[in-house]
Amino acid sequence: MNLTLKIWRQPDATSAGAMHTYELSEVSPDMSFLEMLDVLNEQLNDKGEEPIAFDSDCREGICGTCGLMINGEAHGPEVTTTCQLHMRSFSDGETITIEPWRSDAFPVVKDLIVDRSAFDRIIQQGGYISVNTGSAPEAHSVPVPRDDAMRAFNVATCIGCGACVAACPNGSASLFMGAKITHLGELPQGQPERDSRVVNMVAQHDHEGFGGCTNIGACTAACPKEIPLDVISQLNKDLRTAIKHGH
Amino acid sequence: MDMPDTVTSAEASPSGFLDGDYDDAVGYYTPGDPVVDTKAPDGPIAERWQNRKFEARLVNPANRRKLSIIIVGTGLAGASAAATLGEAGYRVKSFCYQDSPRRAHSIAAQGGINAAKNYKEDGDSVHRLFYDTVKGGDYRSRESNVYRLAEVSTNIIDQCVAQGVPFAREYGGLLDNRSFGGVQVSRTFYARGQTGQQLLIGAYQALERQVAAGTVETYTRHEMLELVTVDGKARGIIARDMVTGEIETHIADVVVLASGGYGNVFYLSTNAMGCNVTAAWRAHRKGAYMANPCFTQIHPTCIPVSGSHQSKLTLMSESLRNDGRIWVPKNQADCEKDPRDIPEEDRDYFLERIYPSFGNLVPRDIASRAAKNMCDEGRGVGPEVDGVRRGVYLDFAAAIERLGRAGVEEKYDNLLDMYERITGENPYEVPMRIYPAVHYVMGGLWVDYDLQSTIPGLFVTGEANFSDHGANRLGASALMQGLADGYFVLPHTIRDYLADGPFEEISEDHPAVVEARESVKGRIDHFLSVNGTRSVDSYHRELGNIMWEYCGMERSEDGLKKAIDLIRSLKDDFYRNVKVLGSAETLNQSLEKAGRVADFFELGELMCIDALNRRESCGGHFRAESQTEDGEALRHDDEYAYVSAWEWAGDDAAPVLHKEDLVYTAIEMKQRSYK
Repeated sequence: MNLTLKIWRQPDATSAGAMHTYELSEVSPDMSFLEMLDVLNEQLNDKGEEPIAFDSDCREGICGTCGLMINGEAHGPEVTTTCQLHMRSFSDGETITIEPWRSDAFPVVKDLIVDRSAFDRIIQQGGYISVNTGSAPEAHSVPVPRDDAMRAFNVATCIGCGACVAACPNGSASLFMGAKITHLGELPQGQPERDSRVVNMVAQHDHEGFGGCTNIGACTAACPKEIPLDVISQLNKDLRTAIKHGH
Repeated sequence: MDMPDTVTSAEASPSGFLDGDYDDAVGYYTPGDPVVDTKAPDGPIAERWQNRKFEARLVNPANRRKLSIIIVGTGLAGASAAATLGEAGYRVKSFCYQDSPRRAHSIAAQGGINAAKNYKEDGDSVHRLFYDTVKGGDYRSRESNVYRLAEVSTNIIDQCVAQGVPFAREYGGLLDNRSFGGVQVSRTFYARGQTGQQLLIGAYQALERQVAAGTVETYTRHEMLELVTVDGKARGIIARDMVTGEIETHIADVVVLASGGYGNVFYLSTNAMGCNVTAAWRAHRKGAYMANPCFTQIHPTCIPVSGSHQSKLTLMSESLRNDGRIWVPKNQADCEKDPRDIPEEDRDYFLERIYPSFGNLVPRDIASRAAKNMCDEGRGVGPEVDGVRRGVYLDFAAAIERLGRAGVEEKYDNLLDMYERITGENPYEVPMRIYPAVHYVMGGLWVDYDLQSTIPGLFVTGEANFSDHGANRLGASALMQGLADGYFVLPHTIRDYLADGPFEEISEDHPAVVEARESVKGRIDHFLSVNGTRSVDSYHRELGNIMWEYCGMERSEDGLKKAIDLIRSLKDDFYRNVKVLGSAETLNQSLEKAGRVADFFELGELMCIDALNRRESCGGHFRAESQTEDGEALRHDDEYAYVSAWEWAGDDAAPVLHKEDLVYTAIEMKQRSYK
């Protein structure tokens, strides 16, 4: 395959960026999208041009490190992470536009790399169950209905990649936050802190500059782990309940 | 024992040298004194850990605030330790190269975590988990450490459940278990095929809770590039801020390396792109012994290489071997055919044939080597890469018939989806193709029972240390070890060391700090100034090919010696001809990789020397010269029942080998047999 690539390049957080155009030939359909960029970077390096910076680590779709806007879609045309997207999803002669995540709360670090540390700060505000090491009761002392455990698991598969934010016209992180609220809220262990968790996490979310949710659903469509939109309903319900409880 | 100071080729004699009949590594190393674990407890094995915990000195809660701990790495072993030590009240600094602690490579572990809960009442116990782990490790691990691992395994499950880790459950609401590669009891806890992710998120959340509590500070996108030692003690690290390029000095009372394994020395492995040996190797060069570096695990169920662009390999959990059947065509002529057109009688279910009692569940090394043998015989399947078909079938047809498609989906859906995503083939319709890939390293920095390295004040946890898996790790035991070390072992042993602190203040102008910082800057300046013709990746790929060819699934004297020569000349060329563009003052991924590959060269050479010295086949280490008449691995307990602990002797000197004898009192050494 031969491709034309339009790629955002920006030297650092404070400098202005711009789109650059590159031609790439002999692309194999079996390459992953990131391997295609590896090949481009090898060629740039040979020519004396600094390679394009982009994030990736596990390249198995689970660490959540990678993430690019590809032709305007977070992680590109398939429901998967950028690293698991393969070139067989594109056609010969195609022009592909590649940009970093779009969100004010995710400032660009360099080229296609953004700063997602806001997610960590949201988790710090309650995305956990407070249980010190060694203080846990026997694992079988609290049975968990199988369906609850499965729902908790299904939403706990969020990889924190940020595609939901990048896809959302409001730049909201409600899907990310709702997934954590629902994961812990489904389990008996998560009940004692349920109210404070949602209140504090939402406050931090807003403080970071993420936008509000207006039920567009672009987040769940872009989510590589298919986190369902109803986690946001759960988030809102938990928030109402917490407020009713006087938080 | 009398040891010559230096062994040279001229002095070498073919037999009777040192304590083995053969020592192929003569001339490549210097024999040193034996190394002894001075913390090794004695007494009945079931009481050793309790005794050690009691004897380890306590630190008054009020004093903990005055003690600082650096932890490098935020995988299971690092995040769990940082959270636990933060909860205890110490001042913790946690470092990772990723943009968030949640992304460390533990996250990719799929299958599960072992624990001796015996919830299935199928004869499991702490002693059986201990026994299986020592046996699985081919009697090259330390008995006391492994027993402790089995002992604390049950606490891990309790802790994780309390954190909200959503393990699979049965209809009654209790935890489900499955059996996993190489064992006959069901003791593996799992969260579909994403157990590592769920456990790491649990540890990460506990860590972030401590960040909010003010006990832990996280330094993301930071890479440790040097260890600071003062008066022989580990006192800090030099780290590079990977965004600004700033070279930072961090001083503490104690340093913990939880920096993972070095499988990426093979270039292609199932490790994440960023996994590297630099933190461990820099400590090694400062005096920490590296133990059994040649013990690497090749995982049998990975997706085969599709072409030269391949940047990494993807593992599929070996839990797939519980229900999938592995086969190749009996006849070479069938290898090109659609597998669905090959009748049952023309299929060779080779693991079931050779190992009737364990079948497809034989340990990883055995399954891997058997697959390699089939392909070497010319019965491999899939596309030809460099003239050979490197793949065997993993077939779910029988499982789909037995469990129904829905049953298979519930257990394995995400794995089968991943396979389809990567290969473009539907595994519900066509058998999957698999081939072995480097997955885990059992070798690592030498530690004593307290997990302390040969540098006082430097502790090593998780995959970065060597202690628990011997020559081969059982499935679902990596997660167990990482969390055992971080949650339940290190927090107890480190306090015995910290009881002597706080140690003397170290200023950033201290000569040892300045020297460490300058050496980091010197290396960076060198890489940026060579301005040669070849990219870092091209060197890494070539090194990986050498390692895979000569220090992979099968090693031989000739091959290893050749590999050492090849590595040395490639390394020379790298330093003279590498091309790293950009500057040191910004995010520079080529520069990051250059430092890592430089350390991989030195590690790769040591791995080959270690493999050369160990002329026996054990666990994941198969020496062509040491096999039975029917081609099975042959161990030599009389000569090689030791841990090889290697000391760095300088850039131009041969490494020094210190041996730690392995003694078993609670278990009898047997040749493994899975037939």
